[in-house]
Amino acid sequence: MTIVECRNVKKIYRQGEVSVTALDGVDLSIVKGDFMALAGPSGSGKTTLLNMIGGLDSPDGGSILLNGQALEKMKPSQLADMRLHQVGFVFQSYNLIPVLSAVENVEFVMLLQGMPLQERRRKALAILDDVGLAGKYGRRPAELSGGQQQRVAVARAIVGAPAIVLADEPTANLDSASGKDLLKLMQEMNESKKVTFIFSTHDKMVMEYARRLTLIRDGRIVEDRRK
Amino acid sequence: MNFIMAWRNIWRHPRRSILTIAAIVFATMLLVFMLSWQFGAYDTMIDATVKIHTGHIQIQAQGYQDQRDMRKVVPDPNEIERILTSLRGVKSYTFRAEDFSLVSSENRTYGVLVIGIDPQKEPSVSTLEDMIRRGRFLEAGDRRSALAGEILADNLNSPVGGDLVLLGQGRDGSIAATVLTIKGIFNTGQDEFDRTMIHIPLEYFQELYNMRGAVHMAVVLCDSLTAVPAVKERIAGALSGIDSSLAVLDWKELNPGLVQAIQMDLVSGFIFYLILIIVVAFSIMNTFLMAVFERTREFGVMMSMGMGPGRLMGLLLMESLGITLIGVVIGTIAGAAVTWYFQIHGMVIPGAEEVARQFGLPERMFPQLSFLSIAVGAGIVLILTVLSALYPAFKVKGLKPVEALSAV
Ligand SMILES: Nc1ncnc2c1ncn2[C@@H]1O[C@H](COP(=O)(O)OP(=O)(O)O)[C@@H](O)[C@H]1O
Ligand SMILES: [Mg+2]
Repeated sequence: MTIVECRNVKKIYRQGEVSVTALDGVDLSIVKGDFMALAGPSGSGKTTLLNMIGGLDSPDGGSILLNGQALEKMKPSQLADMRLHQVGFVFQSYNLIPVLSAVENVEFVMLLQGMPLQERRRKALAILDDVGLAGKYGRRPAELSGGQQQRVAVARAIVGAPAIVLADEPTANLDSASGKDLLKLMQEMNESKKVTFIFSTHDKMVMEYARRLTLIRDGRIVEDRRK
Repeated sequence: MNFIMAWRNIWRHPRRSILTIAAIVFATMLLVFMLSWQFGAYDTMIDATVKIHTGHIQIQAQGYQDQRDMRKVVPDPNEIERILTSLRGVKSYTFRAEDFSLVSSENRTYGVLVIGIDPQKEPSVSTLEDMIRRGRFLEAGDRRSALAGEILADNLNSPVGGDLVLLGQGRDGSIAATVLTIKGIFNTGQDEFDRTMIHIPLEYFQELYNMRGAVHMAVVLCDSLTAVPAVKERIAGALSGIDSSLAVLDWKELNPGLVQAIQMDLVSGFIFYLILIIVVAFSIMNTFLMAVFERTREFGVMMSMGMGPGRLMGLLLMESLGITLIGVVIGTIAGAAVTWYFQIHGMVIPGAEEVARQFGLPERMFPQLSFLSIAVGAGIVLILTVLSALYPAFKVKGLKPVEALSAV
């Protein structure tokens, strides 16, 4: 089942006289259950592509279908709604709302989704257990290590049962041990909960965890293979 | 949870929030106090003016207020008396007649306003009796007797017991001439009065000026200032069936200068408050703008999670409303407490004695705490602060997710 379908997606950034082609006709389809690394050097267009797929930004050309719906036709409020129910994001750092505890951060998504208090508290606690943060529920982000913060971010990204989780260099700010732990966690979630993941990286070690490796260079997909 | 978030965000930078709250507290306090002060001063001014001279309401002949023609009379005071004795809201009343005349002592002559007063009823309406500094007030049965203002008495060089020659013109054009003995000397604190007035018994006035039983005005004191409009209407209603040549005037119409002074004071006060509030509003807007700018990335994360701009705005407004409410509540309580203290103990404004004298006010003034002064003071601050918080919140509404996320 295809979850994301990119067709000839283009993005050109203009800054005065200069224009940078960040995406130069990307064709890509992602199916349910994919555990895909979007790999490429810095400036190759990884962040841009993930933002497009997640409906945070809109392409200058081409089309993106998410669960069959064309994102470029949606209004900002519809995009927000789509992100709320279909997409989970994990960024490189500062993912969490600083004034909320770990469990509250996870709950927040479900609050936005309109889930009743009892249910969201139960789910949030359960998922924090799943990501290995049992007993750390009440900690604020500042009281968690970088690796723990990213675990909360993963928990938050998957708890709303999205169609896809987009992780933009989720391990780039972590030491290699914590990075590996996080990848293992994502792998586990992919296998046990059938969560579809795309994560961008320029790190060889990270690419090894992927079951599908897509290479991007200068805004073009240059290689796409499944292991 | 939105509420919890808003609350925690408020205390994220405790010092900044406390400073902002302090500004709001200060503005609210000042406004509540100043408004109470103004209202209190107005009440005192009105009360003093009303009691020294004009009363709350007067019944006069049409046009007498604008043109003091001695032939424009209230012809039958008994008829008026019948109306006033039984009217609800009327505390007391008296009758007066007036005319400009010349008075002379041995070697000086002045033009003065001669007022005929009822020695028994006058003290129930005005404070004239309390203002006698030397000699005594008029008594029933007094005939060729007069009360003179202190300045006038000095000018005439006439002490209590001295004689004055009075020369005027009666209602029918005949000459009114007599010799009066000064029985008492009064000081109202209002130089204008003390320089230009003498009072004589009303009955004797009527005789002297050939009034044929008429007077120039009925002076009415109501139960309270707030009762005035209703009483005025009742009197007008009762009069309409009897005599259409009479007019009913309230204290505002009787003291146009006082009303003007109050209005001017209100306007200048308003300008001062506006400046104060604008300063406070800008400092609050600045705080909120800062808070929004430094949290842009956080808003980006929230938007990536699917939080819509409306909801984000709601969160920010809740935060600013929280800060504002804390400030306004503390400010109102503190402002009311301070006002209450001075309402009990009074306050002397240094340098204001001159102005106070001019309006016949006591030197020690008392603010008047009222629902109005509290509600207006707190309300103005509340509204303006919330308005000043709208701008930063609207800025967030226009934020694009990618832009927000790329902010540091
Ligand atoms: N907001 C922007 N304005 C201008 N150029 C941008 C902007 N965002 C990205 N770019 C450019 O687009 C290209 C792709 O950037 P990006 O998607 O961030 O790459 P990556 O995530 O792979 O490092 C780069 O050349 C970058 O400089
Ligand atoms: Mg990037």
